Order: sequence, then C-alpha cells, then structure tokens
Amino acid sequence: MNRTISTFIGVSLVGAALLAGSAAAQGVIRIGVTQPLTGAFAASGNYVTQGAKIAEDQINAAGGVLGRKIQLVVEDNKSNPTEAVATAEKLIGKDKVPVMMGAWSSTLTLAVMPKLMEYGVPMLVETSSSGKITTSGNPWIFRISPTSEMEARAFASMAKKMGIKKADFLSTNNDFGLGAAKEFSEMLKGQGVQVGTMETMDPKATDFSAQLAKIKASGSDTLFVTTAVEQITLILKQAKEQQLKARIITTGGSNSPDQLIQQAGEAANGSYHLVFFTPWFPEAVKNPDLAKKFVAEWNARKYPVGGLTEGFRGWDGINTIVAAIKAAGKAEPQAIQKALWNVKVKGINGDIAFIKQGPAGKESAQNVPSVYVVKIANGKVAKN
Amino acid sequence: MILDQLLQHGLNALMLGGTYALLGIGLTLIFGIMRVVNFTHGELYAFGAYMMYMLVMLTGANFFIALVLAVALGVALGAALEFVLLRKLRGADIDTTMLVMIGAWIALQNAEQLAWTGVAQSIDSPFPAAPLVIGPVSVSWGRVFVFCVALALIAATYALINHTRLGKAMRATFQDRETAALMGVQIGTVHTATFAVGSGLAAAAGALLGPVYVAYPTMGDLAALKAFAIVILGGLGSIAGATAGGFILALAEELGASYVSSGYRDAMGFVLIILILIFKPTGLFAQKERIG
Repeated sequence: MNRTISTFIGVSLVGAALLAGSAAAQGVIRIGVTQPLTGAFAASGNYVTQGAKIAEDQINAAGGVLGRKIQLVVEDNKSNPTEAVATAEKLIGKDKVPVMMGAWSSTLTLAVMPKLMEYGVPMLVETSSSGKITTSGNPWIFRISPTSEMEARAFASMAKKMGIKKADFLSTNNDFGLGAAKEFSEMLKGQGVQVGTMETMDPKATDFSAQLAKIKASGSDTLFVTTAVEQITLILKQAKEQQLKARIITTGGSNSPDQLIQQAGEAANGSYHLVFFTPWFPEAVKNPDLAKKFVAEWNARKYPVGGLTEGFRGWDGINTIVAAIKAAGKAEPQAIQKALWNVKVKGINGDIAFIKQGPAGKESAQNVPSVYVVKIANGKVAKN
Repeated sequence: MILDQLLQHGLNALMLGGTYALLGIGLTLIFGIMRVVNFTHGELYAFGAYMMYMLVMLTGANFFIALVLAVALGVALGAALEFVLLRKLRGADIDTTMLVMIGAWIALQNAEQLAWTGVAQSIDSPFPAAPLVIGPVSVSWGRVFVFCVALALIAATYALINHTRLGKAMRATFQDRETAALMGVQIGTVHTATFAVGSGLAAAAGALLGPVYVAYPTMGDLAALKAFAIVILGGLGSIAGATAGGFILALAEELGASYVSSGYRDAMGFVLIILILIFKPTGLFAQKERIG
C-alpha cells in the first residue's frame, strides 16, 4: 500500500515538474526543423539550418512575434526516411511544435507527410522538388521550393537558346532525381529535343564511370544531372576523366556552384546550374536588399560561401512561418495552416505566396519561385 | 563505337577492380582469417581519406609522404582497436564481438563527423588534370597511380602471408590457436598484427581514393558493404580470391550498369553473390574448410 502511495506521489511530482517545464516554455514559440545534418545530404541540411538560424536571430532581435521570442527545435533526420519520421514524432509529440520546416530531400519529406495528416500540423517544405509532395492530397504541406515541373518549364525557353539538340540524363535514384528526369525529358521532347539515354545512380554512389561511358557513347550534346552537390562534384571530375564532350546542366538547385569550383576545380568549368538564389549577383534577384543583407550576415558568421544557395531556403522558410504565426495571432497548428494560405512574404528567392495544387478539397500549397541559370567559367560563376 | 565503349568499360572495371581488391584483401585478413566480423573496415577506409585531407590540405604535406603517413596511422589505429576492444573479447562469442564492432563503427563515424563536419572535403593531388588518352579510351592519371599502388600492396600482402615468418605465424594462429601457442607463437601479437595490417590496407584504399573522390564521414558504408561482398565472393581468407573477387565485382558492376540498368549497378555485386553462394557456397577460391 505504502509503495502504491509513494509511486503515486512520485508520478505526480514528475507530472508537476513537466507542467512547470511547459509553462516556462510558454514564453517562446517553438518551430520544429527536421534536416539531414548527418549522412549523404549532410552538407545541404547544415546549410539550410544555418540559414534558418540567421532568420531566428534576426526575428528575435527585432522583438520576436506576437510579443514572444521564437525558438527553433532542430532535429537531425540523418538523411534517412525512417529517422525523418522519428524526428516528426519527436517534434510534434514531445516538443509540441505548432508548425515545422523540413525535410530537405523529397524522399524524406514524403516519409514525414503521413505524420502531418495524423497529428494535424502544417509543414513548410523548403527544398524538396518531387511533384508528388503537393499532388498527393495533403493539406498540411506548404512548399516554397519549385517543383521539378516548374523548373523544367522555367528552363523551356533556354533549350533553343542554348542549342540543345539531343540530351542524356543522369539522376540520383530517388523521388528527387527520377521526378526531375521525367519532367525535364518531357519538357525537352515538347521543345523538339531528342532524348538519349536516361541513367540513374544510387544516392550514395561515388563512382559513375559505367554510366558516363554509356552516356559518352550516346553522343548527345547535353547531359542533365540531378542530384546533390557531393555527387555533382564527382560527376564533373569523372566526366572530364572520360573526356565527355557534352555540356553538363544540373537541376534541383542543390548544386552549390561555389563548392563545385572549390572541389571540382577545372572540371567545373563550362557547366551550367539551375539555382534559386544568385548570391554572386544579389542585385539580380527580386528583393536585392534582403539578399545583400543575408549574404553579409552569412559571411559575417564565416559560414562556407558554397552554402549560400542552400542556406537562403532556411531563411525564407522561417520568415514565411513567422509571417503566418503573426497573421494567425496565435501559435496553433490549425490557425497557422489557415494563415499560411494568405501570407505574402518578401523572401530572398522572391515574393512568397501559395497557390493550390492537388486533388480538390484537400489541396497542398505551392509557391511559384524564381529559377535562374548560371554558368561556371574560368573558375567563376557567371550569368548565363 | 560499340567496341570503343566496351574498351572503356573494360578499362574502368580494371581501375575500379584494383581498389576493390585492395579493400577486399584487408577485410579477408580480418574477417576471413581472424573471423572477426569487422564493421570498422569502412571507417578505417574513411580514416585513411581524412588523414590525407588533414596532412595534404591542412598541414600542406607532400602528397606521397602523406600517403605513407596515412597508411601508418591506419595501421596504428587498427592496432589500437584490436588492443583496446578485441583483446578482451578473444574468448567471447561472435555476437558479442559483432556488437562491439558495430558500436566502434558508429563511434568512429560520428567522431569523423565531429572532427571534420558532414561537408565533403576534396583533397588535391599532384597528378595532371588532363587524362591519359589511349586511342579511343581515357583514364585519369590519379586512377592509374591508385591502380599501380593497389597492385603493389596486394603483392606485398600476398608475400607477407605466404613467405614470411609472421605470415606463417598468422596462418598457424588462426588455424589452431592452442597448438600455435604451444609451438611458441606469440598469439596476442599475431592477433594485433593481423588486425593492424588489415586496417592499414583499408586506410591505404581510403588514402588512395580520397583524392580521386572526396572525403566525407559516411564514405565507408558503401565501401565496407562492397568489401564484405568481395570477401564472400572470393572465399573467406583467400588473398587470391579477394583479389579476383574485386575485379569480378568491378566488371559485373560496370557491365551490369551499362547493359542491364544503371539503377541496379550496386545490386549487381549482390546478385553475383547469391548466384555464387547457390552454386559454390564456400566462395570461388576457398579451399575446403578444415574443422577441428
């Protein structure tokens, strides 16, 4: 009997302590962030998080939102879909965040999506580009990054200008790579461009000699590559080793041209890259003041310069979320979801606002972002 | 054109096969001869690459001196792992050892991440950027160098195991520990030496390939997976088997990716293993198992 009572007291004390903990946390508004901080996409995930942290500090320095400070709760999804689901469970279940940002790769985002439905928490998608994310009928999804289809459409006018006659594809074997290869090949066919061989690679692979030898034999003038910067670096180097003549164009915006110049060296010259932020010419973007301020802050913190094209996503994402919290007037999932539909945010990529995508009645939200093409020439990034 | 492509595939497979063989022989010493399921093999590979990064990029050491140092450090780390972790587990069952090695693998990988961040690091090499062109095919000078060093290391390991006193002691120890001990073999030293040599070979593979690819903390995962495939393919404990296994795996990947589907490139090796295990369960080159 005694034991039962003492257990009861013990449990109550723990409960009281937990309550006190959450009461103290009422002061801040928590925003969940799930990013790949380790594993295959570690570089990009860390850059996005650094961009988000800059936004957090700037917002708090300006007094926060609704009179409260914001606090990012960052979880590492380890570039692994199973872990991504676990981070969502933790952020929503334990940290009680009313809104999240994540999860970088399309495969990771798709893994998290059922949890958003289950718990009714909105997530801002800052990087993923697979079409499936906004067309599967998940009303908790708000995507600011372009879909592969939008990217392809933005590129359509360039195909003729660049004189592309026949194109091959080399894509990472996941939702991101396969989605982009499908959209770009369809777009090119529509432009009268012949599509040659379509090759894939494991997201962890480091040797592409077999794929490149086959691509070389296809005799195309252009090779579209869709993957993250780590693999792009190796592809550029190995394409040079195999004397591949085709011009390489990378899609997806996770290509960090500065990092490519640094790591692939000479092999990066002559390659083209679709990016969603041009830190080399901040005056060329829609909101140049924001862009300049962001670049200055990034450099002041001594973050790697190659991370800017990824880091801006985190900044735009957090600012969009905070604008929605402000409009909602309270930090509750449903109110934020409702408010996100109407936000108009000045972002680094451009003006952020959402349109409806997907099946009627349960649409997901999609922003219409700017897409830029840059070229690497003589070890420098140039306007195309 | 078709012949040119086939020649290029053949050359690629040869270059890749050399490094696979190097990974394979290191593991066959540890997994095949010592029977330690060595999950840290991939981390020693990554360690070799990161040592090159440290020495060449951060301290500005000469590439070739750095290479020797990186391998030496790999040998030292391997010896330390054996001395600290495995020595106490010598009588333990395979599950216990396996769990400890999994723990070491995770700890080492996270230590790499902590020390050098998750961002991939490139390592400069002194080889010309322009490739070596032979008729219709081409290959980078860096890879030719890697191939030659790999072959030299494989030959040296073969000689060590088969033609030296230490090699004889190794073979004796892992065939019958008690008898070897009775004959005066210092079995503790032999265990440490074998693990250190195997680890050094993994570090050598990493140090050679780090500059060809890039160094990043999870680079060892795929390398270790391939090393296990190669060892099983060639037969446990056989240096010749692991060497042949490396080249066979490279050829299967290269041709499979090109003529079947590149999406299954990394699956080719495992398809091959399933086939070989069905038809020749001891691997291609293993001698009959001696029991008792």
